[in-house]
Amino acid sequence: MSAAAIELEGMCKSFGRVEIIRNVSLSITKGERHAIIGPNGAGKSTMFNLITGKYHPTSGTVRLHGEVVDQLKPYEINRRGLSRSFQITNIFAKMTVFENIRCGLLWSMNYKYSFWHLVDRQPGLTARAHEILEQINMADKHATLAGVLTYAEQRALEIGITIAGGADIIMLDEPTAGMSASETEYIVELIRKVTENKTLVVVEHDMGVVFDLADRISVLVYGEIIASDTPQNVRANPAVQEAYLGTVLEGAD
Amino acid sequence: MSLAGETNASAQAGANSVNWLRLLPWGLAVVLLAILPFVFGSGAGLTVLNQMAITIIFALAYNMLLGQGGMLSFGHAVYMGLGGFFCVHLMNRVEFDGLWLPLPLLPLFGGLFGLLFAVIVGSFSTRRAGTVFAMISLGVGELIAACSIIIVAFFGGEEGVSADRTMGPALLGIDFSSQKEVYYLSACWLLISAAAMYLYSRTPVGRMANAVRDNEERAEFLGYSQRKVRFMSFCASGFFAGIAGALFAINFEILTEENLNLATSGSVLLITFLGGVGFFVGPIIGAIVFTLLQTVLSLFTEIWQLYLGILFVMTVMFFPFGLTGLIAIHFRPYQLGKLGTLIIPYALIAGPALGFALGSACVMEILFHARHAALGDETMTLLGVSFNSHSPAPLLLAVAVAGLSVWALRKLLPAFKDAWDEANHAGDAS
Repeated sequence: MSAAAIELEGMCKSFGRVEIIRNVSLSITKGERHAIIGPNGAGKSTMFNLITGKYHPTSGTVRLHGEVVDQLKPYEINRRGLSRSFQITNIFAKMTVFENIRCGLLWSMNYKYSFWHLVDRQPGLTARAHEILEQINMADKHATLAGVLTYAEQRALEIGITIAGGADIIMLDEPTAGMSASETEYIVELIRKVTENKTLVVVEHDMGVVFDLADRISVLVYGEIIASDTPQNVRANPAVQEAYLGTVLEGAD
Repeated sequence: MSLAGETNASAQAGANSVNWLRLLPWGLAVVLLAILPFVFGSGAGLTVLNQMAITIIFALAYNMLLGQGGMLSFGHAVYMGLGGFFCVHLMNRVEFDGLWLPLPLLPLFGGLFGLLFAVIVGSFSTRRAGTVFAMISLGVGELIAACSIIIVAFFGGEEGVSADRTMGPALLGIDFSSQKEVYYLSACWLLISAAAMYLYSRTPVGRMANAVRDNEERAEFLGYSQRKVRFMSFCASGFFAGIAGALFAINFEILTEENLNLATSGSVLLITFLGGVGFFVGPIIGAIVFTLLQTVLSLFTEIWQLYLGILFVMTVMFFPFGLTGLIAIHFRPYQLGKLGTLIIPYALIAGPALGFALGSACVMEILFHARHAALGDETMTLLGVSFNSHSPAPLLLAVAVAGLSVWALRKLLPAFKDAWDEANHAGDAS
């Protein structure tokens, strides 16, 4: 059997004397849609940042397709096929929508640090950027400055930037935070569409989205994973119900 | 779908064919640079033009850092200065050791020397942007400026190093003994450098320089090391600054400590900001205005630097996008076909604005003359009128003109603002 897409083994992270992540072990198989849930301050974002190289674990290992990556920089991890979005919208506000997508494509299309190609004269690059714009339904907005888009459009654009490089592991940090019900529905459909055949890891507060989208759910409480199972089993898990006081999960039916 | 398909096709067509409209500004620049010496053919005119060309290259190089890369440098004169010093020494090797190096190629070597130094300094200074980068640039700037007095063999101590540009092998009978020949050499290098710097901004690494400037975290998660992107911008900037330094060496045939010091680094920052950091042409406009103020205004007044300082502060305060930004904000009224409606409001405030500028300038000039003119020299001439600078009447008159102008401006500005809003309003409300 091939190695798991992401494998965490005994991962711990402390900031000073505060332990944020305590001995987390988790294996996410290829093609799985995995959601991480947990109350505020449980360490979900820290866990994200540990996997994507923004932080390095205090102890334990992070493996990507079997390769140990926990001491690598974010850009090195990205080059190994992992791409992420952020909790707070993180786009290039002063660039057009088209240019945002193009920036997401450059490395994967092997332009790297080239200063001998002109970006406007690369038909392949331009065509690919337009393809992605169509995937995220923003082809008509290609010339708009990203900073003036609506919030939901910016979130959609960020998903576009995140998938542009063709990474096979996509990690989304609260993709529907602050959205209306209809916007949420739209974004979830979009996520489902653009992450087909990819490994998806998503941190999300909206339980409707989580149970709708995920094949497997991990529940993080005070830096520890108390359950990691299918949606049905997680919902039935008494420890999870206790952590969530039952209420939220019942509302997700 | 069909709409998207069209965009796709047109974008691809655009990527394959040359857009002639885009080449128009460059064509105009070539023509303008070619005919300028026939308009300003005097020795003084050519000197100003040469200085402008050099300053434009330097400011454009500086804007690769500040505008494109978001790196605020307080020591960029170092790369121009070092390139220049290296070229002065090369010119001396040509003269005394018979080194075969035609003068037109010298800027290339100045650029390479600037690049070499940018590689060394950039390897540690580009680790972080923001304050850390700014402080390192300041420190390195001071360090090299101090070295210029200590390492006399290379920097020539306080009197600097001089050379003779005419000693190289003459190509096609041109030995660069006349100002005009030097001008055309500078103009050629200006075109080459400006085009290269523009094209650099359209390459993958040039686009990512913008991306890192706007959001370094996002750029890292797209596979790019922010440090390496900054490092490459820094090196490219050092290269073009070195070219400017070489042209300075060719034009003035001397380099001194002044070319490396903090004042020069400060003025390129001022030039770039004045012109507008957000535009490619910003530094060009800034360099032209600055050189004109420096050379022309200084003929009329001793306190030109004061005016320059005031202009700079006012630009930063009221027009943070610089002079280019000031021009650019008229583009929307122009698109709406409402530029004409602004003529009368502009004409109305032009009088008081000019009155305020002249009135306050006269106050400063009179005070400066009264305090600093030679003992017994009490007569000064301002705007064609001679008067005694020690008598209170002219001073009071100037204060009155400035005061009245401010009063009139305050009265007129609300109406101007309304006219401005109206001109920027897409609706047909009249």
